[in-house]
This record gives sequence, C-alpha cells and structure tokens, in this order.
Amino acid sequence: MSPSPEAIAAAAILFVVIAAYALFGGADYGGGIWDLLAGSAGRGAAPRGLIDEAITPVWEANHVWLVFILVLLWTAFPPAFAAIMTALFIPLSLSLLGIVLRGAGFAFRHTAQRLQMQQLTGATFAAASLITPFFMGTVVGAVATGQVPVHPAGNVLAAWTSPTAILTGFLFVAACAYISAVFLILEARQRGHHDLTRYFSLRATAAGALTGALAGATFAELPASAPHVFARLTGIALPLVAISIAAGIVVLVMLWLRWYHALALRVTAAIAVAAVVWGWGLAQYPYLLPTSLPLAAGSAPTAALVAEFVVAGLAVLLVAPGFALLYFLQQRLLLTAAQTDAGLRMAAQPERAPPGRPAVAPAPAATPMTTALVMAVLAIRAIRDVLSPSHRR
Amino acid sequence: MGAVAHGLAVNPVPARSQMGSSLGFHIILACFGIAFAAVTMTAEWIGIRRRDAAALLLARRWSKVMAVLVAVGAVSGTVLSYEMGLLWPGLMGRFGAAIGFPFSMEGIFFFLEAIFVGVYLYGWQRLPAWAHWWSGMPIVVAGVLGAMSVVAANSWMNSPAGYTLSDGKITSVDPVSVFFNASTPYETAHMVLAAYMVTGFLIAGVYAVGLLRGRRDRYHRLGFAVPFTLAGIAAPLQVMMGDIIARFIAHNQPVKFAAMEYVARTTRDAPEWLGGILINGHVYFGAAIPAFDSILAGFSPHTQVIGWDSVPPAQRPPLDTLVHLSFDLMVGLGFFLLALAAWQGWWWWFHRRLLVTAWFLVPSALSGVAAVAAMEAGWVVTEVGRQPWIVYRVLLVSNAVTPASGVPVTLAVMLALYAILTVVSIGVPMIMSRRWRRGAPAEEEAEQVPYGPAPAGAAASAARHPARPAVPRASFGGPEAP
Repeated sequence: MSPSPEAIAAAAILFVVIAAYALFGGADYGGGIWDLLAGSAGRGAAPRGLIDEAITPVWEANHVWLVFILVLLWTAFPPAFAAIMTALFIPLSLSLLGIVLRGAGFAFRHTAQRLQMQQLTGATFAAASLITPFFMGTVVGAVATGQVPVHPAGNVLAAWTSPTAILTGFLFVAACAYISAVFLILEARQRGHHDLTRYFSLRATAAGALTGALAGATFAELPASAPHVFARLTGIALPLVAISIAAGIVVLVMLWLRWYHALALRVTAAIAVAAVVWGWGLAQYPYLLPTSLPLAAGSAPTAALVAEFVVAGLAVLLVAPGFALLYFLQQRLLLTAAQTDAGLRMAAQPERAPPGRPAVAPAPAATPMTTALVMAVLAIRAIRDVLSPSHRR
Repeated sequence: MGAVAHGLAVNPVPARSQMGSSLGFHIILACFGIAFAAVTMTAEWIGIRRRDAAALLLARRWSKVMAVLVAVGAVSGTVLSYEMGLLWPGLMGRFGAAIGFPFSMEGIFFFLEAIFVGVYLYGWQRLPAWAHWWSGMPIVVAGVLGAMSVVAANSWMNSPAGYTLSDGKITSVDPVSVFFNASTPYETAHMVLAAYMVTGFLIAGVYAVGLLRGRRDRYHRLGFAVPFTLAGIAAPLQVMMGDIIARFIAHNQPVKFAAMEYVARTTRDAPEWLGGILINGHVYFGAAIPAFDSILAGFSPHTQVIGWDSVPPAQRPPLDTLVHLSFDLMVGLGFFLLALAAWQGWWWWFHRRLLVTAWFLVPSALSGVAAVAAMEAGWVVTEVGRQPWIVYRVLLVSNAVTPASGVPVTLAVMLALYAILTVVSIGVPMIMSRRWRRGAPAEEEAEQVPYGPAPAGAAASAARHPARPAVPRASFGGPEAP
C-alpha cells in the first residue's frame, strides 16, 4: 500500500515546519547556549546584552513553530504521535522541563534588579537552553533508529539512550549553537559592535566544525543502528546531504575570509541546517516510524489532511505577513531598545554611558525572507495611509 | 460501551491531576491573552481621544504587564500541547485526526497574537498614535477566535461529532462538523465572557486597593473604571449565558446535569439543591427549593429531569459533591459579580460619578479573585462532570491515559514549576508597580520586560514635568501634532 499524495504532502509540510523550528527555535536555544558560555558577569556582559537584544522580541513567535509541529503530527499522523509520546515520555518531559524553565527564567530576568537574582534567572534560562535541544535530539535519534514501537506498553528507555540517539542530542546542541552564532555575527555587525562580530565569528567557526564532526560521528553509527535511514541517506537523499555539507563548508570559508555578507551568510547557514532536516525526512520515507509504521498506515483520513492544508494556506496568508512585519520592526526598532540587562552591563562597565541610539542610522538589514520583507513594507505603508487623516489633523 | 470493562488497568488519577492543574493554571493566563488587549486598548483609546495623560500612562503600563503574562501564558500553553500527547496518547492516537483541526486553527490565531503583541509593545515609541492603537486590534480578534478554537476542541469532547469510526479507527473526518459541534457556541461564549470578567475584575481589583489606600487621583479612578466597566458589561451577559447553557446541558449531557443538580432518579418536580453534601445517596446540609430545578430546566415544574440512574454506575461521574458544589460556587459568585456591577452601574446612571465608598471597594478588590474562582469552578463542573469519559460516551479516560510510568514524578515537578510560574506572574507585575509608585516617573522607563516598550523619549518628557505622569511622545500623533 503506497501512501496517498495527501499524506506525502502533509509529511512535506511537517518537515518544512520542523526545518523552520530548527532554524528559528534553534537560533533561540543557541543564543541561550552562548549566554551560558559567555563567562563571568563582567566578561560576558557585552555578548549577553547582544543575545538578549536579538532574542527578546522574537522569542515567543519562534516557539509557536513547536506547537505547530505537535499539532501537525497528532492531526496528520495520530498513531505515530501517540507512539512517540508514550515511548519517549522521559526525554520529551525533560525537553518540556527545559521549555518551562527557560520561559520562567526569561520572563523574570528582565525584572530582577539585583545582580545575583539576574545571574540566577539568567543561568536558569541558559541551562534550559541546553537541556531542551539535547533531549529533542535524542527523540529524533530514537525515531530515526526505529526504536519506537507502534504500540509501546510504556517508556522505552533503550530507544533514546542508544549511542545514535545520544549523539543526535549533542548534534542538535552543536547545530543550535552554530546557527545562532552565525545569526549573532550579523546582529553584532548591524549594530556596529566589531569586537562582538569577531567574537561570534570565532564561535561560529568552532561550533560549525563541532557540528560537522558530530554529524560525521552520527553518520558512522547509522549503518548499524538505522540501516533503512542510512541506505536512503546514501541513496536518494544523498544530494541533500551533499548540499548540507557544501553549505557548511561555504559558511566556514566565508567566516575565514571575514566576508560577512548578511543575506549570503544567513541563507547558506540556513541551507546547511534545513537540507539535513529534509534529508532525514526523505531518508525515513516511506515510514513514519522506521520500519514498523509506514506512512500509508499511520496517516489520518484524507479530509483531516486536506483541512491541515487549508490551515497551512491560512497560515501563509495571515501569519507570514505578520511574521515579516515583526522581524522587520525588530530589525529597525530594537536598535533603540539597547538597555536590556542594564544591571549586568553596568556591573561590567560602571563608567559607560547608557547606550543610546547609534549616531549613524544603520542600513536596513537584509533578511533571508526578502519577499516577506516587501510584504511587510507594503503593510506598514498601508497602516500609514490609513492613519494619515489623523496625522494631518 | 464494552470499553468500560477493560478500562481499569491504568490509574488515570495522576494524569488527570496533572492535566487539571496545568489547565487550571493556564486558563487564568489565557484570560489575559483573550481580554487584556481590549482593556489596554480601551484606556489607550480614551487617552488618544481625550488627550488624557493618565489613561495613556495606564495603557503603557498595562501593556508591560501584558508582556509578562503573555510570555508565561505561551509557556504554559506549550505545556498543554505536550501534555495532550504525553498524558493522553490513547485519545490522540485514536482521535487526533478529528480533534487536531481546531487545535491547528488555534495555532494560527496564537501565532498572530504572539506577533502583534510584539508589534503593539514595540510600537509605543515609533508608530503614530492611531497606528499603534490599530496594531492592538489583531490581538483582540485573534484572542477571541483562538479561544473559540481551543474551546471547540474541548466542546468536541463533550459533543463528539464529524467523524466516522470503523473497527475503532477513524475512517473519515468532517472538520467543519468537528469545529462547530453542538457545544461550541455555548462553551465559546461562556469562556470569552469569563475571560473578560476575570481580566477586568482582576485589574480593577488592583486599583480598588489603591483607591482604598487613599490614592484617589484620576490615574487610579480610570485604572479602576476601565476594566471594571468591561467586566461589568460581561457579567449580566454571562449570567444569561449560564442559564441558557444549563438547559443545553440538561438536554445534551443529562448525566452531567444530574451530577450538577443532585438528580438521582429521572423525575418531574425535581428540586433545586443549594449547597449540600451527597453521602450514600442522601443530601446533607443542603436547602432544596421544590420543583425549581424542573422550572429552570424547562420553565415548568412538570419538566422531566433525567437522573444519573439512567446510566450504569460505572458511567456516572465520580465526586458528585465536588461537581455540585463547584456549580453552586460558580453560580453564586456569578450573581455576586453581577450585583457589584449593577451597583456601580446604578450609581453611575444617577450620579454620573464613580462610586468609591469602602463598602463598594472592598468587595470590588476581591472581585477578581471571585471571578477566577468562578471560572475554575466552572471548568471543574464541565471536566469532572464529563467523567469517566474523555470523549463523551465514546472513549473512557482510563483508555486514553498513557501507559508510561513516571506521571506521578512529572506531576510533582510540574506543581513545583507552576508554583514558580505563579510567583513570576504575580511577582513581576507587583515589583513593577512598586517601582512605578516609588514616585520618580523616570524609574518606570528603566523597566524591562520581555519585548517591552523601548525606554526612550518619554523619560525626557517626564523629566521636564516631574509632577505629571510620563506621556509617550508618539501617542499624540507624532512630533508634528500639538
């Protein structure tokens, strides 16, 4: 029984959303990881400030991707969702723990006044940024290696503690750190912080090399642990793997040459991550849970899948312009909101004047979503046009 | 019904407790997600329209509080999405295809809400006044539609529709019938009104305390009047809605209604019990109004009310006393809030002044807590009253619960974490308000919240007029406006 075209399309949408979460959510977690590794309050003040500025306004919207993944999975592929949630109860609960701690730490750190309290909430935020991607990685590793039974009788500890699953967990952490560092280079550059540009450039190179090494190690484990996935990764999905490796190398070369072209760097780094996500998706085909639950057997009825396409269409129509608007405003307006973590920074540089608006208006940043940006500009113009009567009054 | 027999293998109580407490926590924050933007925008509208500095300051400060609550709500909402699968794989594995559609719609509205909360909070500095006001409108609309989507999922569990089963597997789905099931309009209206009441009365309660402490300036009067008015408009609508829903439940889920009203046997002239504890089939400490339950259910003492004897004992809700007392508490608090709103409305109608006597303000200060208690009691009625079913008359809770061990552990961890989140969501606004009250308006501008309005500009204008509250420059329509 071959899967219906609707089921294949639903799976494709799912993997687009997973790739989006890997990029946006991953950059988010990566920010927390670099916050964790930034050192003492004094030394880490500047990078922490930048991370905070970059993450703050988009933090919540980035998380909605995760909700979309969960909802898509349970609507389109209910048996797979139920099996994963039961067998991998422990790592999923732990990743959820990270999400809650991260949110609480994040919400509170901005209001905490004393340095100790800020450090505590900041550390909570940062440590949770490490936990969540790691356990999400083990979940993906467990699924890919076919260790999730279709009807689990309870937790399956062996599924997510296999070497492949653990390696995938580390791979996720490294990939988050990598994508985040690349984005932070550009955030720093855009604000004219040349020292921080260099700082994150070095870290992006290191994280990129580490991600590559971990990906290689995971790959070496696959022939034994996930023969089906390995066979397809080296077969039909090979072009995607090659694209990912090539993009990863191009990014490293760009960093080495210090050619920080905003659009090129972002897109290449994004391709390196997205291609490997899609490679994983293609390699699992035609299974939801290799090799026990095929796509055809695990899909929802066609009408439910079609309803999800309608939702996806609505999401593109409604959410994409709004999302673009938010990123656009963040790129332009956040530049003035530079007083985040004021206490931490003051502790480091008591004599420094409060950061105000940069003297030179920075050039508008090119985002990877150029088309979306055009829509955002049009939306802002429309808002302005609507408001012009009250303006003239 | 054969499912009843083999549904006793796994103990669902820890899972049910975890779901119940996470839902009970999230629903309060969800209320702010639904209604806070409307309260803030009302104040902002007054501020822009009447050039009222106090109203604008209120709107600005409320939007900062909104940022904290929406951030925590986003987290607790994510928790619920996880828990749907972690705790109830039996429900999602069987019916995910049906129940998934309303949740997907909610995803869109939540996305929109999250985006425009970001825009609204950032827009304070740079957007022209009315542009900023309109940037809040999507939050209000998405809040209501998002509430409708999630409530539709819950309604579906009460009135399952829009799917075909064969051999226990869903073979076709009609997403529109799933979304607009019989319970959706009732539950949605009830929840949205509840959200406006909870949000309005809670915020009004904060300023009632301020008024009681002698801060009787325009800032505190407006801070009380704006949210109290919105909640006060919702209160009578809610009481009417509740009455309509009770009749719907009597018809649609008679066993739940029987538990709510202590109707043991199907009968005419059913009495209405006020209070009372059910022990071994006898009601103790309760007052019965003869035939009134029949009158409420069908406008006549001869209306037949179906009792829980209509189904076998295994299909009756447990904890009748809890269901009944929760129902009484919800109704009682609803009337209390209605009376408060009517009192203020009466005074305003005849005197055109805000009523600020202590006799009125003390209960008003507690009105928010009362509204929360009423809403939680209402959820207890609908959720416990549906037991032992997770999908009414289709799937038992015990067949839906996860076989994974470890739920008691996650329950304990979750309770501890939610204690922290509660401290955050109450503590952060309290710290902010203490800083605001400390007098120096410039203090306020140093406030940092997740994606809070950027501190700039306003600090300067506040410094020039230290006696007056800070007014955002942009709020008067840009620099060129007077």
